[in-house]
Amino acid sequence: MAKNLTVSVSPHLHDGVTTQTIMRDVLLAMLPAVAASVVFFGPRALLVEALCVAVAVVCEWAFEKICKRPVTVSDLSAAVTGLLLALNLPVGIPLWQAAFGSFVAIVMVKQMFGGIGFNFANPAITARVIMLVAFSGTMTTWVEPNLAQAVEAVSSSTVDAMSYATPLALLKQGSDWLPSLGEMFLGARGGSLGETSCLALLVGGLYLIARRVITWHTPVAFIATVGVLSALLGQQPLYQMMAGGLLLGAIFMATDYTTSPPTPAGKLIFGFGCGLITVAIRVWGNYPEGVSFSILLMNILNPYICAWTQPKPLGGVKA
Amino acid sequence: MKLHGIHVPHRKNTADAAPVRMPVPAVITVPMSMNIGAPAQPVVKVGDEVKVGQLIAQAGGPVSAPIHSGVSGKVKKLDQVLSSNGRYDTAIVIETDGEQRVCEDLAPPQVSDLDSFVEAVRASGSVGLGGAGFPTSIKLKVKPEQVQEIIINGAECEPYITSDTRTMLDDAESIAQGAALLQKYYAAQRVIMAIEDNKPQCIQRMRQAGKDVPGFEVAALPAIYPQGGEKVVIFHTTGKVVPEGKLPIDVGVLVLNCTTLAIIAKYINTGMPLVEKVVTVDGSAVEKPQNVIVPVGTSMKDVLDFCGLKAEPRKVMYGGPMMGISVPSLDAPVMKNTNAVLAFAEREAAAPATTPCIRCGRCAASCPLKLQPASFETAYRNNEPETLKALKVNLCMECGCCSYVCPAKRPLVQVHKLSKAMLNQYNAELRAQEEKAKAKKGEEVRVNG
Repeated sequence: MAKNLTVSVSPHLHDGVTTQTIMRDVLLAMLPAVAASVVFFGPRALLVEALCVAVAVVCEWAFEKICKRPVTVSDLSAAVTGLLLALNLPVGIPLWQAAFGSFVAIVMVKQMFGGIGFNFANPAITARVIMLVAFSGTMTTWVEPNLAQAVEAVSSSTVDAMSYATPLALLKQGSDWLPSLGEMFLGARGGSLGETSCLALLVGGLYLIARRVITWHTPVAFIATVGVLSALLGQQPLYQMMAGGLLLGAIFMATDYTTSPPTPAGKLIFGFGCGLITVAIRVWGNYPEGVSFSILLMNILNPYICAWTQPKPLGGVKA
Repeated sequence: MKLHGIHVPHRKNTADAAPVRMPVPAVITVPMSMNIGAPAQPVVKVGDEVKVGQLIAQAGGPVSAPIHSGVSGKVKKLDQVLSSNGRYDTAIVIETDGEQRVCEDLAPPQVSDLDSFVEAVRASGSVGLGGAGFPTSIKLKVKPEQVQEIIINGAECEPYITSDTRTMLDDAESIAQGAALLQKYYAAQRVIMAIEDNKPQCIQRMRQAGKDVPGFEVAALPAIYPQGGEKVVIFHTTGKVVPEGKLPIDVGVLVLNCTTLAIIAKYINTGMPLVEKVVTVDGSAVEKPQNVIVPVGTSMKDVLDFCGLKAEPRKVMYGGPMMGISVPSLDAPVMKNTNAVLAFAEREAAAPATTPCIRCGRCAASCPLKLQPASFETAYRNNEPETLKALKVNLCMECGCCSYVCPAKRPLVQVHKLSKAMLNQYNAELRAQEEKAKAKKGEEVRVNG
């Protein structure tokens, strides 16, 4: 016995799940949406996505180097944030704005609050909301989902302002024409890169549930609340459930570990709150869409929901 | 309702073969602290001849257990040995003669009533063999009317370990006899034999063996770790919750490990106390995983040499991988409550890299007692004993589910142990302050009066 024995506190066995494998699963789950974005918005979609991921990873690396913190880019969480942000942007977003958004998400929202596990709001959502306010023009300029348009878009540095609107904007304007439910489901409609294809998002969501990365509670509570409230308020529920960033937000952003409750009860409350705020903004607000705002607002309520729903220890006696 | 838990790999590689008796080692080292409570006091001197079953140390206090020799031979020395909890402990080192002569004084004890039964259990040297090592006779010093349910714990939920499995398969009659004895003196409404459903043979065997014991039933429980944890098995078989600071008997439940019960029955039949153990030897470094029968005090080195090593062991532990205690040296002896010796090679011994907590909530979702492991860690690192108290870190049974599932591989169980120590110190300081205040007040009263 030349070498010493390792002595450590039990357990001496761990399951194979690490932060990296979880984030890898999230990235894999976003791939169908990435593919759909390329199909409907062309190769520029991939450019925006790659740029956001790259900037996010570089910002995380650089910030941690400067602050002499351990570098955590290998946990893939920065890549997840970058890709999520990209999926929330229109295809024609100027690249410098996309890069700025990634910087905001990683440096201002995530790292300045202490890095992974310490941010109180979802970095991608917060960055998107900041961009929506800062670049309200480019952030709400949508292109028609087809290949020809997209090819043109990638050849010029910016995209011509097209008078194409998202289904929710069309609804708000009282337009006669709307994409069909089938087009909505497949993703042939105006919108952010990753939000249009319900099919791709559902595939990703089911993968995450199957891999036990997320549970059904938040997405189902969120989407069902939107459906039920929409019906009650005289909207077309199925349309509302597929429109806007609802599926993207409910599956990928409202389920963010750090900024949402861990317990099933907490997740249900969180999802319900998100749905409530989303419908309120869609129906009564100035913006056509409210998913980002709803998640951001519920992020702020998260500590309270966590406190309300914390389970009581078994056998615990009040001191 | 079911408590949370986790699916761990079973790895019950050694379940199918009967235990093998290992040749008597040249030397055994019998530590005096093999039970919770006071260490035993040696009653032999250097140079004394001892025989199998002979008393070599008497109970060192009310909560203690006597110790008997598992070999015949000569006491070589009384040594100070480093025990697994990091303290030094007296141990009796016996040079064996290989003849295994049995002590002539051994005789079945006279058991006629509850008191003599408890006395027999005390004299058998029995301690809780599930791992805790609590002197069994102390547990049994209760009034029959207090006992509503008796749970015989054969859950054996830890990966690898099959020593209880072998007791149930090879010695079901002793368990049943023990159950009958308990029923004779406590007359509980139910005697529940708890077995995880990954051991169908044991379930079948025990149903058969226990059919004549009044109130006997076998509960086949889902194989979800930590099914064998005392509070967990009580909840899943009786629905009862043991409140904070209370014992199972406070809710009318008596829990005994199945091997403990078999040993008590055998002692009452033959007078042979607890001197040898069936130990599961397994792990990635072990050539031939198997159950071996060894005298208490046999070194891990002798046990591993007997089973062979196919890789250099880098982590060796008492017990299973979830709650087992890793040892710094292979000189560590098999103790009464040792049910397994596991030797891991390099790959399994390596500590996983720790990364920041991502607040995924897996720790809390896995906790059978619905505690908040991640919050314990934050409170501990922020030095907040008040928060630890409110979060009930004292209830943690250190089953290891939280650490097992943690994707950041936080050392949660380690922090919980430290947190409990912090909380104990805090409580002690509070008490000291209170007493001081009281004393001062008393003084003032005297002065004024």
